[in-house]
Amino acid sequence: MTPELLSSLSLLAPELIIAIGALVLLMVGVYSGERANTTVTGLAVAVLLAAGAWMIVFGQDGAAFGGAFVTDGFSRFMKVLTLIGSVVTMIMSVGFAKAERFDKFEYPVLIMLATLGMMLMVSANDMLSLYLSLELQSLALYVVAAINRDSVRSTEAGLKYFVLGALSSGMLLYGISLIYGFTGNTSFEAIAAALSADGNQLGLTFGLVFVLAGLAFKISAVPFHMWTPDVYEGAPTPVTAFFAAAPKMAAMALLVRVTMGAFEPIASDWQQIIVFVAIASMLLGAFAAIGQKNIKRLMAYSSISHMGYALVGLAANSENGVRGVAIYMLIYLVMTLGTFAFILSMRRKDGPVEQISELAGLSSTNPLMATILTILMFSLAGIPPLAGFFAKWYVFLAAMESGLYALAVIGVLASVVGAYYYLRIIKIMWFDEPVGGFVPMAGELRLVLGVSGAFVLLYVLIAGPVGQVAGAAAKSFF
Amino acid sequence: MYQAIVFLPLAGFLIVGLFGTSLGAKASEYITSGLMVVVAALSWVAFFTVALGHTEAFTVPVLRFIDSGSLQADWALRIDTLTAVMLIVVNTVSALVHIYSIGYMHHDPHRPRFFAYLSLFTFAMLMLVTSDNLVQMFFGWEGVGLASYLLIGFWYKKPSAGAAAMKAFIVNRVGDFGFLLGLFGVFVLFGSVQFSTIFANAATYLPAEGAEHAETVMNFLGYHLDKHAAITVVCLFLFMGAMGKSAQVPLHTWLPDAMEGPTPVSALIHAATMVTAGVFMLARLSPLFELSHSALTFVTFIGAFTAFFAATVGLVQNDIKRVIAYSTCSQLGYMFVALGMGFYSAAIFHLFTHAFFKALLFLGSGSVIHAVSDEQDMRKMGGLRKLIPTTYWMMIIGTLALTGVGIPATIIGTAGFFSKDAIIEGAFVGHNAVAGFAFVMLVVAACFTSFYSWRLIFMTFHGKPRATADVMHHVHESPPVMLVPLFILAVGALFAGVVFHEYFIGHHYEEFWKGAIFTAESNHILHDFHEVPMWVKLSPFVAMIAGFAVAYLFYIKSPEAPKRLAEQHRGLYAFLLNKWYFDELYDFLFVQPAKRIGTFLWKRGDGWVIDRLGPDGISARVVDVTNRVVKLQTGYLYHYAFAMLIGVVALVTWMMFGSSF
Repeated sequence: MTPELLSSLSLLAPELIIAIGALVLLMVGVYSGERANTTVTGLAVAVLLAAGAWMIVFGQDGAAFGGAFVTDGFSRFMKVLTLIGSVVTMIMSVGFAKAERFDKFEYPVLIMLATLGMMLMVSANDMLSLYLSLELQSLALYVVAAINRDSVRSTEAGLKYFVLGALSSGMLLYGISLIYGFTGNTSFEAIAAALSADGNQLGLTFGLVFVLAGLAFKISAVPFHMWTPDVYEGAPTPVTAFFAAAPKMAAMALLVRVTMGAFEPIASDWQQIIVFVAIASMLLGAFAAIGQKNIKRLMAYSSISHMGYALVGLAANSENGVRGVAIYMLIYLVMTLGTFAFILSMRRKDGPVEQISELAGLSSTNPLMATILTILMFSLAGIPPLAGFFAKWYVFLAAMESGLYALAVIGVLASVVGAYYYLRIIKIMWFDEPVGGFVPMAGELRLVLGVSGAFVLLYVLIAGPVGQVAGAAAKSFF
Repeated sequence: MYQAIVFLPLAGFLIVGLFGTSLGAKASEYITSGLMVVVAALSWVAFFTVALGHTEAFTVPVLRFIDSGSLQADWALRIDTLTAVMLIVVNTVSALVHIYSIGYMHHDPHRPRFFAYLSLFTFAMLMLVTSDNLVQMFFGWEGVGLASYLLIGFWYKKPSAGAAAMKAFIVNRVGDFGFLLGLFGVFVLFGSVQFSTIFANAATYLPAEGAEHAETVMNFLGYHLDKHAAITVVCLFLFMGAMGKSAQVPLHTWLPDAMEGPTPVSALIHAATMVTAGVFMLARLSPLFELSHSALTFVTFIGAFTAFFAATVGLVQNDIKRVIAYSTCSQLGYMFVALGMGFYSAAIFHLFTHAFFKALLFLGSGSVIHAVSDEQDMRKMGGLRKLIPTTYWMMIIGTLALTGVGIPATIIGTAGFFSKDAIIEGAFVGHNAVAGFAFVMLVVAACFTSFYSWRLIFMTFHGKPRATADVMHHVHESPPVMLVPLFILAVGALFAGVVFHEYFIGHHYEEFWKGAIFTAESNHILHDFHEVPMWVKLSPFVAMIAGFAVAYLFYIKSPEAPKRLAEQHRGLYAFLLNKWYFDELYDFLFVQPAKRIGTFLWKRGDGWVIDRLGPDGISARVVDVTNRVVKLQTGYLYHYAFAMLIGVVALVTWMMFGSSF
């Protein structure tokens, strides 16, 4: 092995750990039969944690494979978030898998492969590595969405996701080919150099729109969001939790790197697209969620509008903006995981329930659960002094600093509309007639919900250090 | 000492108001009453040093209040004879009412609150009478209004009490509006709200012939007012405030309704002290009012008319407290007549004596009400003389003092004899245009006063019992804690006139007042009223005898007579019984239109325009948008794909035409 290859592989160590681990666990699962789910899940969590630990302890900045793959502060920050999302959703799935008889060992392995794809996405620094990592992640996710083969809804969700995902991949690829055609390069640095030398051209703009459309699909931003409500509702709940958490981190990281890296010289162009997508996402997410009765569908629209808010930070095209995005994704991740821990424990004796009306009077049947969910809902609505408020505050502040006043104002107004459906859940829990309690929460769900609630409530105390870490991550681009 | 007089009631209010529930009712009563007794004793000391002694008027500074541009107002206590008189009136009656209430209210579960309010009222009243400037006076003025509101509505669970409290407050706001305008006017004219500055410069506004006479000093509603007109306008506004507080027609309607409050409150606030605040204010501002003959004429007219009007209504009322309330209203009219004549000392003298006998009558009637199980309708009383003899005799003393029993042209008589007759004689010699009218009105009112007072006595204490046997069985004399205050007040009602008349309006006038009351050079009423013809001196006496005789005839000799009379003059009877239809008139003129405007603004303005375009409209639009957006999510794959393609096309188009190309 050449020294160059060796150093490239050493930068890739966490990804390699996951890749090898996934293959080994596949073997373990195949040879130990149907009952291996719990073992495989435990080992998968261990492997992901090991990869994360390796990254934190030995992680260093650098570029591998001729610049196709980079590691820097931002990539490590987003990878940690991705791993947290994967690990926590995997842990949360254990109880559900047993109860709903979906304890297949393929599930943790697929999650690992998807996570591997995401890790590579976060570090992708070349159009080809971007596409390959994205497809690795997507293929795993298509299968995971449809993993409950016996359920029509799950199958439908998987199919819809696959078809639309294929369409978006096609767009992405088409955009990449246009960009390659006009700049003659696939590397982000080379594209940026070509753009700053030659300026913009019409064909490049086509390419930019198609690439951004493909990436917007992954973060379910309007108008490429249509798959989200159906898939969130149809997929098994642990899968929905995973969809809402980890892939969003990776896709947002990728979007930031593409815009800040490759297209930096034509910022004024992509800013307009991002602004449009952000406004559309915030408004549609806010309005459509009001009409929902199913809590998973409601969370789908909630995540659409939250992606819109995060894009506000990106639209600012500034260091503070990227920092705002990083903080937003962190807080969004924690709130989402907590909320899905709650949704997973919405279970009566005769099975899980998903309707919002089932929450009626929860404050009297299970006051602790109701209190924590209330905190989370207030935070999602952006009420100070909870974490959700700071998330919005950072991105709106960045937008104001960049002179995007209209965007910030629309964002604030959209969050007023959006506050309605979060507050409605609180109202149903505290003021409606009780309809009966849920069965007691599983230990791991209780832990996730508790940690999430505490984080949201006490974020104001750790806002300083978190802001510094995110600021250091954002420095990678400036 | 003066700080103690003013602030000990405040301390009582704060202690009992904040910690009353934990201290308990007993401790609350003793703390507030004990402090009031101390304050009353100190007030008498102050009276003897300032009014009867040789101490000149002085000011006790307390705190800086407002210092903004040319407006300066401090907290300070202005101590002169006028203040000293008010101090003894307020604090003596207040102390007695506190003590009386210990007995009267002993069934009530909210006594700490009651006593806290009483002390708050006393503090506000003291702030008013010791004020050194108009702003401080207004503070006290509003403070007593607040305390009055709280105490009228003390039994807030009774809807009529709540309504009466609101009525008192709202009607007083009308007067207060005038007071505020007057206050502003004074500041415009004199550039200060300090009494000392105002009085020192008042002389420059003396009505004098000359060129500067026509100079415009103030603009009001488009009128350019010269000095004289400006003073008249300011005085009329200030008098408007007095009319509200002192229940003069047409702002009198709240006082009878205020009887919904507990009886000790009626005695303290609505007879002896607060309602006389208007009289006090005019006397305090005598240097201003002396400048405007027109304003004084107006004051005389209102006073005379109120004295007559209230006396006529008092003739036919059946509620024992309402009779006394109208009597108060009528007596206040007497005081304003005196003020209007420039006879300020007589007005204050009547205020002083009236406080004793009217508080006595109120507390006595409270004792009656207490005895007959909270019944207030005199038609359901009767024959109580034997059962509650002490109360009976106290009421007789009060009535003698109110009707002014005494031998004309001598110094033998009750308190009312000295003060009321002085006012009637003053009206006769007065110089303004309505003096003659006022004299006739007051004499007639004296006759009516005598009639309704004796009617009250006869209906309540004489004749056959008209109450149920059960009530009569429970009739009992009040405990000593209620009777002792009556004895003290009875002493005042009998002797306050004979002891003090030489000081207030007689030979010791100069060394008593020491200039606390200003009278112009041309004002000779103090000398003139001694030299009226004998028939004038006799006229109130005759009127009083006539009233008594008719009452005796109607209610002892032939009890059927009043009923026959009422049926013969049905219209007049209804007119009087319904208080000249003032309430109905106001309801038609002000209350209903105000309600209609309010309903219009509420239904149309707020409900129809603001809600429909504002909250309701926006939320309805949000629901519309939501329904449309939700419909977009059809579930069909090709719709989703189509939406994505539309999105890409739209973005590309926008980038082509909207951006740099």
